[in-house]
Amino acid sequence: MSEAPAKRITDIGPPHYEKFLPPMVKENYGKWKFHEIVKPGVMFHQGETGDKLFTVRAASPRLIAVDTFRLFADLADKYCDGYLRFTSRNNVEFLLTEEANIDPLIADLDKEGFPVGSIGAPVSNIVHTQGWVHCHSAATDASGIVKAVMDDLMPYFQGKELPAKTRVALACCLNMCGAVHCSDIAILGIHTKPPATNHDNLAKQCEIPTTVSSCPTGAIRTADVDGKKSVEIQDDLCMYCANCYTVCPALPLNNPETDGVSIWVGGKVSNARSEPKFSKLAIPFLPNNPPRWPEVVEAVRNIIDVYAAGARKYERIGEWIERIGWPKFFKLTGIEFTRYHIDDFKHAGWTYKRSTHLKF
Amino acid sequence: MAKRDTPMLDELLKGPYPSFVKELYKVQERKPMVQDLLGQLEDSYEERIGHWKHGGIVGVMGYGGGVIGRYSDLQEKYPAVAHFHTMRINQPAAWFYTSDALRTLADIWEKHGSGLTNMHGSTGDIVLLGCKTDDLEPCFADLTAAGFDLGGSGSCMRTPSCCLGKARCEWACYDTMKLCYEFTQEFQDELHRPAFPYKFKFKFSGCPNDCVASIARADMSLIGTWKDEIQVDQAAVADYAKGGMDIVSDVVMNCPSKCIKYNGNGIEIDDHECVHCMHCINAMPKALAPGKERGATILLGSKAPIMEGALLSSVLVPFIDLNDEDEIEDLKELIGNIWDFWDEHGRNRERVGELIQRVGMATFLDGIGLDPEPEMVSAPRDNPYIFFQDEEEEEDDE
Repeated sequence: MSEAPAKRITDIGPPHYEKFLPPMVKENYGKWKFHEIVKPGVMFHQGETGDKLFTVRAASPRLIAVDTFRLFADLADKYCDGYLRFTSRNNVEFLLTEEANIDPLIADLDKEGFPVGSIGAPVSNIVHTQGWVHCHSAATDASGIVKAVMDDLMPYFQGKELPAKTRVALACCLNMCGAVHCSDIAILGIHTKPPATNHDNLAKQCEIPTTVSSCPTGAIRTADVDGKKSVEIQDDLCMYCANCYTVCPALPLNNPETDGVSIWVGGKVSNARSEPKFSKLAIPFLPNNPPRWPEVVEAVRNIIDVYAAGARKYERIGEWIERIGWPKFFKLTGIEFTRYHIDDFKHAGWTYKRSTHLKF
Repeated sequence: MAKRDTPMLDELLKGPYPSFVKELYKVQERKPMVQDLLGQLEDSYEERIGHWKHGGIVGVMGYGGGVIGRYSDLQEKYPAVAHFHTMRINQPAAWFYTSDALRTLADIWEKHGSGLTNMHGSTGDIVLLGCKTDDLEPCFADLTAAGFDLGGSGSCMRTPSCCLGKARCEWACYDTMKLCYEFTQEFQDELHRPAFPYKFKFKFSGCPNDCVASIARADMSLIGTWKDEIQVDQAAVADYAKGGMDIVSDVVMNCPSKCIKYNGNGIEIDDHECVHCMHCINAMPKALAPGKERGATILLGSKAPIMEGALLSSVLVPFIDLNDEDEIEDLKELIGNIWDFWDEHGRNRERVGELIQRVGMATFLDGIGLDPEPEMVSAPRDNPYIFFQDEEEEEDDE
């Protein structure tokens, strides 16, 4: 082992944010009065002193090269004294004090392929995970589906109206690194078969007790197979979470024939009007069809079109469905309701309808 | 090395949305790693399966987290991505940067890694994608020299994140960025050296709109709110009406607690009935604002599905003045009690929300020394199976 350099720096935490705040933000910190949306992708915040800070937000694919860091840095220098930030949905924002710089900045961003939008528009960027670019348990790709779906939803990113905000998110397996479970529309990669068991290598590659205890449903038992120490999986208890594969590479779960994509609807995070809620299952399985996943793009578009036609102003997808009822949601969207839609995991009974409040 | 032929990925260069494939193309000329990444990804697109293996122990000296080991399972075909580890770098609060800071990060990552990043990861970190094992330590040295440090991974306090709060939002009910920064600094050891049963996340949201999805994604959700009356500017209300807003249908009828009246001259809010949902304020940002007695509600326990199913956080402290240093100190003490109880009773890979489900909220509250309050539940129990405690035993405990 090599020796540590004498002056090794550790445990310093992130740089202090004050270094990165524009002077106008520092002066108006905690003293903003109101904001107004100028046009799609552009807003200003007005301080008590009358100061106006303009924000221009542009799309980013989240996976960006350092070349794009330099591009954003150059644009920030050119138009806003070098100040910029990123949003919780992976968009980039430029913070301007000169109103006259807005349109030239937008033109430059457009030219470089980063269209402006999201502010004052119903659809923002799709929060997403790594997929086949970087993950071991991905049931689908992330960036590819996001690109295909966002290409289709661009009018809504750039200002075409919907009844309310429509937050789309994607996670490439049910670990949900992107915590998509409270999204208006969640695109979720899904495995549908238990892992294969590589008995020859299992004892060499994996710690068997850890593997057994990794299973949330207790589906894994120790087993001797042809004289080799290994495990066996009770298939009917497996819900394909990949927890075991994460600790034991001899239990591969990925399968090109049976992995695919599910669609979930009606979740929200904000407390506005109704309480935050989980997304619920709309479509249990769509095939992986790279490079542009047409079935997924079509399914998302169908839900948005039906929602746009039926919801009242301010109603999020979940609020709209709660008003019209789930039976009507399935009827209007033409999505088939199947046995998979009825919960049979822990606490399943909470979702059974226990009243005669039905709409016909 | 020859550039890879990627006909399927090239389909994703088309269309108006920014293309991640174009980002890969920007660096591939000078980065063999990215050429092999493109090759392997094209294989994944053709075969409809991923080609990454989960890592073993890999990291920088003295740290137990911050680096995610990743290896290709096609190492002979794509040797440049045989190692392709992720480094998580703790982002500046609310993701503010200067152009110089971005260029510094670009220089470091050009020198030591693939040149590819995520801005940002789901938890909030700057994610540097694709580093060889031998480059981790030199990259870390350059990062810390530039003032950046690793974020969290594994069973530790994960990198805290926050909305931009007072920096650019009139609705911030406490200083999210300041508190996020202070917590991150105070708990550096918990961040870098995993010692918990599983991960623990903090997210700081300045108001109930919860722009950082705190209630869905943080073990401890600190969500700004207020106790007194919504501030109303009646002249601005009149301007909204004049501008064509239908205040009755847009605002009054959407109020979940039906506490707003509008008579054509102005609005009247019965603030005692208000549930602080933000809808009316969102609809009329120039006319309405949160009250002046501001603080936060602390909620606990949210998580994604693994292992026992997804949870939303639930109320732990109905109101705390996070603008008051003494109350912040009390909160840190409560956090210490939560971590102690979880350390003692939590199972391996059991999040704190799952622990509460398993042992019961009442037992958990006893364990952390917090009194039950009606705000913690949506309703009292509806079953009669009450586990009464032995009064004498209870006294003995005290």
